[in-house]
Amino acid sequence: MGTATTAAAVISARELVVRRGGRVVVRVPELELAPGETLVLLGPNGAGKSTLLLALALLIPSEGELRVEGEPVRDKVATRRRMAVVLQRPLLLDRSVLENVVLGQMLRGASRQTAEDRAHTWLGRFGIAHLSRRQARTLSGGEAQRVSLARAFALEPSVLFLDEPFAALDAPSREAILADTAGVLADTRTTAVLVTHDRDEAASLGDRVAVLIDGEVRQIGAPEAVFSAPADPQVALFVGVETILPAHVTEVSDEMTRLDVGGLTIEVTDVPPQGDRFPLLLIAPTDVVVSRDDASGSARNRFSANVVRVENIGRVVRVVLDCGFPLVAHLTRASVRELGIAKGVAVVASFKATSPHLLPRRRPGVSTSTRV
Amino acid sequence: MDLIAQGLVEAVHRLATLDPEVLDAASASLQVSGIAVLLSLAVGMPAGIALALGAFPGRRLVLALVNTGLGLPPVVVGLVVGVLVWRSGPLGSLDLFCTRGAMILAQFVIALPEVVGLTVVAVQALDPLLRLQIAALGASRAQSLSILASEARLPLLTAAMAGFGAVVSEIGASLLVGCNIKGDTRILTTAIVTEADRGEFGAAFALAAILLALIFAVNLTVTWVQQRPRPL
Repeated sequence: MGTATTAAAVISARELVVRRGGRVVVRVPELELAPGETLVLLGPNGAGKSTLLLALALLIPSEGELRVEGEPVRDKVATRRRMAVVLQRPLLLDRSVLENVVLGQMLRGASRQTAEDRAHTWLGRFGIAHLSRRQARTLSGGEAQRVSLARAFALEPSVLFLDEPFAALDAPSREAILADTAGVLADTRTTAVLVTHDRDEAASLGDRVAVLIDGEVRQIGAPEAVFSAPADPQVALFVGVETILPAHVTEVSDEMTRLDVGGLTIEVTDVPPQGDRFPLLLIAPTDVVVSRDDASGSARNRFSANVVRVENIGRVVRVVLDCGFPLVAHLTRASVRELGIAKGVAVVASFKATSPHLLPRRRPGVSTSTRV
Repeated sequence: MDLIAQGLVEAVHRLATLDPEVLDAASASLQVSGIAVLLSLAVGMPAGIALALGAFPGRRLVLALVNTGLGLPPVVVGLVVGVLVWRSGPLGSLDLFCTRGAMILAQFVIALPEVVGLTVVAVQALDPLLRLQIAALGASRAQSLSILASEARLPLLTAAMAGFGAVVSEIGASLLVGCNIKGDTRILTTAIVTEADRGEFGAAFALAAILLALIFAVNLTVTWVQQRPRPL
């Protein structure tokens, strides 16, 4: 799985199982972490991301084989002393900022002087050197999370575990701290595991992304590969592909696959999964172009459509169209205004033959409809 | 009201003249209750932390017993400890009956549930994830417990004060196991009863004033430590 090799892996897990109340909540047949890489565990709430992270960090019990830097774990405390963990809340102790950053290092045998020197370096690196004498409980949320990150990096761990460290922060702090962390990770080449449910965070920090759903790693690979070619419909829905349609292959040529979707023909360049004449067609909302007339554009697939619903979802507007099949597009607010998009308006929807992706329809019971 | 005023005057007089009877009773109180509370902290704090964090069968039953122990009548404790330390009792060979040792044992039993119960509350009030974070920093089990105790230090000082308050003002157990021997096992509370029995209300009030002053002094010290502004 992935790019890591057993010999060089910082963490290598085999048949890792975590149970809660007797029920299996995480099952990972194989997972390896290469030196210097940042692996993002991405998935919806309750998928088991944090549970997997805590198991890898030896903070909750698990079954199976776990090796750290090639060695099986015999002494958990000793192995934990080669790791560092940053959780969603900073969880600082009720003492000064400096003491917070020093404590872990001293538990690991550093001298007071070394620990303080390193603490000052890392507090400086996270832009909070001036807070070193402050009591931790007087800090703001953003400051406290910076201390938590400095505390973790000051341990100079073989592997750093980050469990949604930016999720509880306000937007400006979040962006600043995310940028600082990305910079430090890149400079130090610290091997890291980051849990998040934020796709942008995954894309900006991850060398590889593992998508966890229902306690299983459904797909692992480079972020662009996972986002552009999700392995199954649930991964597709999670990585933001909103249109998933059951299709029927009517013709396959060298360059083009012709599909029938609800009586309409769609042409794509992706080849159908082997032997599957009834695959699933995935169309990302950002690949759909909406216009008011049929005059322009070179996209191969063009359909007259009616606007069924318009939803403001933050930075973009989600537009649900009825083209004879349901289709979701993401438009900017400006385009929505310019085009006069509103419920009931007739538009033309188009997408290139190169954008959609075909998946085998192999998992019975998995939802195959567009989320509307 | 005259009696109270007289008592206060007598208290000041007895303190000013370093009355040996009063000093003996006060130092016996301080010694017996102080040692009993220190012992109950030494046993009760680790036990309370273990009860707060541990998962073992019967944990809830133990917690219910501890909570019941908060209302334990000292005189009942005195009876039970008395039976244990009588010459013929199972601890008879230790020769503790009518000694400060027996009083310390009884007061330890009275203070223990207070310390355990309040420690459980103090530790359970900490963020449960803090344990994970402390373990992640590399703490061994023993180091984790001591860091958690230091995080809960303010409520733990309350536990110490509650324990001291419970035993220093107790009378039944000390009377039953200590025998109220003048100059030895006579403490402030038993001395007050003795003086009042003899109709020496002035002396009783003087001792009462000294007892209150002692409780106040101890609590003032602990509160001062607990509430001192920490350096920024």
